[in-house]
Amino acid sequence: MIVALVLALLVASVLLLALNANPLEAYAAMWEGAAGKENATAETLVKATPILFVGIGITIAFRGGMINIGGEGQMIAGALAGVTIALILGEMRVPPELAKEKGAFDLIIVTCSLIGGFLAGALYGGLAGFLKAYFDVNEILSTIMLNQIAVQMMNFLLNGILLDPAEAGVNNIPKTARLVTAAQLPRLSLPIGDPHLFARTRLHWGLIIAIVLAVIIYIFLWRTSLGYRIRAVGENQRASSYAGINVKRQMMFSMFLAGGFAGLAGVVQVLGLQYRLQTDGSPAGFTGAAGFNGIVAALFGGLNPIGAIPAAAFFGGLLVGAQKMQRELGVPASLITAVNGLIVVFVVSSEIFILQRSKRRVSLQETPDNLGSGGGKPADRASPDEGSG
Amino acid sequence: MKKRLLIILVFVLAWAGTASLAQDDVFRVAALMPSAINDLAFSQSMYDGLTAVQNELGAEAFQFDVQDSTYIVDDAAVALRDWAASGDYQLVIAHGSQYGPIVEELASEFTDVSFAWGTRQDTFGMDNVYSYAAASDEGGYFNGVLAAHLTESRVIGLVGPIEVGDGKLYADGFANGVASVDPDIDVNIVFIGSFSDVPLATEAAETHIANGADILTGTAQMVVGPIAAAKENDVLWFGSDSSQDELSGDIGVAFQIYKWDVLLLDMIRKIGEGDLGGEYYVLTLENEGLVMEFDQDFEISDELMAVAEETIAGIVSGEIVPIPAMDDDMAEESEEEDDGEDSED
Amino acid sequence: MELDAIFTASVFASAIRLATPYIFAALGETFAQRSGVLNLGVDGMMLMGAFTGFYAVFITQQEGTLSEPLSLLFGVLIALIVGGLMGLAMAFVSVTLKAKQGISGIGVYLFGLGLSELLFQQWVGTPKSVSGFPRITFPYLSDIPVLGQIFFHHNLLVYVAFALVPISAFVLNRTTFGLMIRAVGQNPEAADAMGVSVARVRYATTTIGGMLAGLAGASLSIALINLFQQNLTAGQGFIAVALVYFGGWRPWAVAAGAMLFSFVNALQLQIKVIGLDIPSEFAVMAPYVITIIALVFASKRQEQPTALTKPYERGE
Repeated sequence: MIVALVLALLVASVLLLALNANPLEAYAAMWEGAAGKENATAETLVKATPILFVGIGITIAFRGGMINIGGEGQMIAGALAGVTIALILGEMRVPPELAKEKGAFDLIIVTCSLIGGFLAGALYGGLAGFLKAYFDVNEILSTIMLNQIAVQMMNFLLNGILLDPAEAGVNNIPKTARLVTAAQLPRLSLPIGDPHLFARTRLHWGLIIAIVLAVIIYIFLWRTSLGYRIRAVGENQRASSYAGINVKRQMMFSMFLAGGFAGLAGVVQVLGLQYRLQTDGSPAGFTGAAGFNGIVAALFGGLNPIGAIPAAAFFGGLLVGAQKMQRELGVPASLITAVNGLIVVFVVSSEIFILQRSKRRVSLQETPDNLGSGGGKPADRASPDEGSG
Repeated sequence: MKKRLLIILVFVLAWAGTASLAQDDVFRVAALMPSAINDLAFSQSMYDGLTAVQNELGAEAFQFDVQDSTYIVDDAAVALRDWAASGDYQLVIAHGSQYGPIVEELASEFTDVSFAWGTRQDTFGMDNVYSYAAASDEGGYFNGVLAAHLTESRVIGLVGPIEVGDGKLYADGFANGVASVDPDIDVNIVFIGSFSDVPLATEAAETHIANGADILTGTAQMVVGPIAAAKENDVLWFGSDSSQDELSGDIGVAFQIYKWDVLLLDMIRKIGEGDLGGEYYVLTLENEGLVMEFDQDFEISDELMAVAEETIAGIVSGEIVPIPAMDDDMAEESEEEDDGEDSED
Repeated sequence: MELDAIFTASVFASAIRLATPYIFAALGETFAQRSGVLNLGVDGMMLMGAFTGFYAVFITQQEGTLSEPLSLLFGVLIALIVGGLMGLAMAFVSVTLKAKQGISGIGVYLFGLGLSELLFQQWVGTPKSVSGFPRITFPYLSDIPVLGQIFFHHNLLVYVAFALVPISAFVLNRTTFGLMIRAVGQNPEAADAMGVSVARVRYATTTIGGMLAGLAGASLSIALINLFQQNLTAGQGFIAVALVYFGGWRPWAVAAGAMLFSFVNALQLQIKVIGLDIPSEFAVMAPYVITIIALVFASKRQEQPTALTKPYERGE
């Protein structure tokens, strides 16, 4: 893993030199942007939050043998439902004069919005699971298509019934009205120093929710029979079927959960950060590509929700730091996109070496074996342990 | 509530103390843009504007930093906050209407940094926020009038991104401009649902041409595709935001160019005098923030030149209103009427 | 009532153009997947092919070093080489290093996306156009009403793409090489036992996939659009991967899927141009919705290559 990172950074250095930039300065700028100051660290964690939510969901889906590429669409579905609930309840429960009341917090609004966002994302993800289970529609295909559909649905709603009434002119921006304060997730600070650590940053409670859920999902997957069934289907469908597990239902269920977590990522972005749903009309305009980055984080975390936590933080830092590098040195952000790609390739490639080492010990076959092979045929050979640390 | 205000105040004071260290005689601007600085469209117009200001004031008196291709709305918050907090910049520009809510939040926190954002006429009632917009309907109208005179097939195609903001304003102005010459000319409008999908925009242009269009126009950075399609099919092109002369070759006719330097210079002067914001600017033909430029390769007849000058004079004097009664729903209604005519054909 | 205004010949011609990059990329991906390699990096390979192909043409045309047809062929060659190299890299990662294919593909995608944009910014800067493959006018054929407009007004690469469909089907189903590909994808142990090198076949197919992805990109940048811009493909490579599943790993069906998707896309543009009053967002999402629905009802139950995404390890 470390070797892979160093290798990727070496290649990046060559590219930087070709751009007449000093690689050391560039990495220093990146570090400063990602972890240099209190605010930089906070922004890294803010960026990591949706990636972690999606990553947890992807972990469940991949453990269940489903390749979920639909994080982007599920995030949007969650955000749309969550923001609608927050707006409606906000209007019902908070009188207009208290709409901007500082420090207000309404547990009912926030909880309902989060649950609504989860369910919407879950249904959207579950739809792909349903199509796979009962109509044999490959989930890679359906989730890619559903992403595009969700974006257009968002554009339609944000220019229509969800449009901020203040925007109802000619020159309107596709965005909803701002949520009342009581519907917002509070900012997060740690009682260290004065003023408190992170008190003046955008860090919000979404991070804590994500971390807690990561732990819960870890327990769920490895300590409950339901979690066991999901993993069993992921590892061997035929055997699971013989063992009396309803494979179709488990497939749907793992996509349902995966979509739900992506939905949470979407609604938390709205409730914790932007306080409204807005877009520039492109998918990543709202999601920040967290639906894809979450896949990467999940795999980096070894398809383990706990492992996804540092992985998400790492990618958050990379993305935030890259921006700083662009500002400080004028290095194009596209360089970082390319280097991110290299890091991904190098790290997954290096797993073989980790694997060889672990093989000397008795390897536990934990990783789903027929990941992405939906044909339902048994693995007719000793499967390679894609074992991840 | 008061406590929060107090914290902000203390923070701002503490920060202001350190900030003054960084300042010298150079006026520093930081600008954030949604697409590439050389996109031949919206982002480039601002980059060109900043460059023009630097040429005017000299590099020793004016410097600027940019972060471009920031289409992820939330990433903008990181960059803008970093700039505002650094204390190195007197003016922070958020060039995209989608960044508005972020500016609103930051401006209340960093009260002695001046912010500018657009395109929108809304300063949030804050003393340290300038906002700016472009009356792109004026250039749209102008282009529409010229296009109506040049079309032989009496069909004109427009390729837009999503149906909001500047793109919609331009489209409405354009349609009205055409209709002012001859309401029976068809203006077919396609919003492709994306700012960046070049292949789809290209095919939209091809579809226009297949349906008889002999003139095309459009906005946003994906219009490079339609321009290429226009070239391929030898169809005339009208552009907006920046000059697309370089790409359009001999099929370009006229471009509406945003001269942001006009308002930037005024903003810089005011900030120098201690006015950090509270006003909005609109680029118009009248204040020469909008400039209509003919393609170098386009040979314009005297007759058409007269029409062009007349149209500009009419818009400047207020005789011509590109989109009548913009404040209420009239604009939308008139658009619906257009649609109705189209489907009757 | 307005059906003949909607279903014009130009819509069919438009669908053929739109389908071209999908067909190249999806056929290439079909080869890779048939042998058991899932390449999710198609879009990145397309982008690199699009940029390098464009750049080769741009430079040679600008400096006048090559005549126009030669510069275009040079562009195609470069796109094939660059795409092929990326395919080779993908093969090394997924066959030799046995990396997880879905994820390494996303890495390759990001790499291609970033690098093509970076090189474009450094070497070209602002969008510039080249004179790409011209539309071919066939004597007599192009003048046939309707059919002439639909089939005989395209550039060379469009015909190459469609010609590749029967060729791919022939190679996969009727040649020894095709048999080896299918064997390796279906039952690598048996193939290995019969003396077929699993690794070598997978290297070959993934490289072919990369070359065709590069060509798909070039078909945009030097034939259909004739310029390059950041993220020119706008995610077409991912759609191409989806189309392989849609077509059940059979070249004809894959091409049919590409045509269906492109046809609905062409149709939604036409509907907007003639001004039918439907929200543009619904028109834009139509191709995606219809593709899913088509698949639900088609329900071909095609078995996917059993060994797809699974690295092969020899029993020791």
